[in-house]
Amino acid sequence: MSYRSHADLGGRDGYGAVHPQAEEELFHAPWEARVLALTLAMGATGLWNIDSSRAARESLADYRELSYYQIWLAGLEKLLLQSGALQAGELEQGRSLQPAVAVARVLRAAGVAAALARGTPTVRPPSGPARYALGQWVRTTAAAPPHHTRLPGYARGKRGVIERVHGAHVFADTHAHNLGERPQWLYTVMFDERELWGASTAPQQSCISVDAWEPYLEPA
Amino acid sequence: MSEHGHGHDHEQEQEQRSPSPEVLRVRALETVLTQKGYVDPAALDALIDTYQWKIGPRNGAQVVARAWCDVEFRGWLLKDATAAIASMGYSGRQGEHMVAVENTPQLHNLVVCTLCSCYPWPILGLPPTWYKSAPYRARAVKDPRGVLADFGVVLPAAVRIRVWDSTAEVRYLVLPQRPAGSEHLSERELGNLVTRDSMIGTGLPLAPGAPAAGVSA
Repeated sequence: MSYRSHADLGGRDGYGAVHPQAEEELFHAPWEARVLALTLAMGATGLWNIDSSRAARESLADYRELSYYQIWLAGLEKLLLQSGALQAGELEQGRSLQPAVAVARVLRAAGVAAALARGTPTVRPPSGPARYALGQWVRTTAAAPPHHTRLPGYARGKRGVIERVHGAHVFADTHAHNLGERPQWLYTVMFDERELWGASTAPQQSCISVDAWEPYLEPA
Repeated sequence: MSEHGHGHDHEQEQEQRSPSPEVLRVRALETVLTQKGYVDPAALDALIDTYQWKIGPRNGAQVVARAWCDVEFRGWLLKDATAAIASMGYSGRQGEHMVAVENTPQLHNLVVCTLCSCYPWPILGLPPTWYKSAPYRARAVKDPRGVLADFGVVLPAAVRIRVWDSTAEVRYLVLPQRPAGSEHLSERELGNLVTRDSMIGTGLPLAPGAPAAGVSA
């Protein structure tokens, strides 16, 4: 399986300043709000899950050239075609040409507040005890797997300490590819800055954590 | 990712005059999805209305102000943020599993999602553009002091910085330090000092007497 994420940006050099922004600035054009709403409403149909939608977005070949909502728009179109909810030609013509596929639910205006308040919790009963305990040293896996994953490149093959244990959660790596929830223990793993960036970077008196599922970890 | 332009009004006018490719694509998409019966346009309006007017950083500001005033609530928030925040009516999508992290005179917390744009929606609303931008996602983990400087925040060298990369479904709220000189303020007045950025860790709360948070100068 060939799979490449273009979204793994943490620790990359060459980026310029961050530009702060006022709190009330949400959208730069009305179509952005519409894409957000279409994405949320289509997510509610159950045709795909949040992990498969992240995978659809991060694997867009032109990810780095697109604005945020351009990514969401392209990701949504990709998911609609992949799932068979839309057929080729329907978008171009702007009308339905084929019968709809069955969906688990359709979000109605009256149900929006309740659906948002409910959310989609990912915690699940664990199938066994946690392998690691608070304060234990671990090493993250070094190899990048050929599928969606949530261990950033900068945190691969690094030694860190278990700082929090969050229970068992839906495993993004399998869930994204429709291979099931396969819940795994989830931990916050903390790294010293020198472990991640080496001695070459000027120290900032910082430490950095990621949230890592158990399969990302081995004893250190 | 490319940076967005500036000036909503200008872009909205332009969108009406000569629709951009995105406007046409989104219009076609909404038409087809509605014809298929997958989406209800009224639900789309309700979703946009919710994040424009109902769910935003003022929710989180109330949580922080309460934690500053009520020591028992603060303890609950730090121990079980999901339940403590839900008790104030904020729960659900992109805030299903909450953790609150407290700034102290020795430690400053900063939250990022280097892989996408994970953010605690029920208490902060939709993430700002900079939070989703490549420079923030690339630099927050490796150069947090440089990022803070972009926001005009310079911390003493002795203050340690703790960066939380939100790589799973846990969402983080920074509990900033209560500003000096705010002892006489009510919980409501304190909430006005809590900026969105102070709850992400890229900012500090306003000093008493400054213009209220959430109102641009």
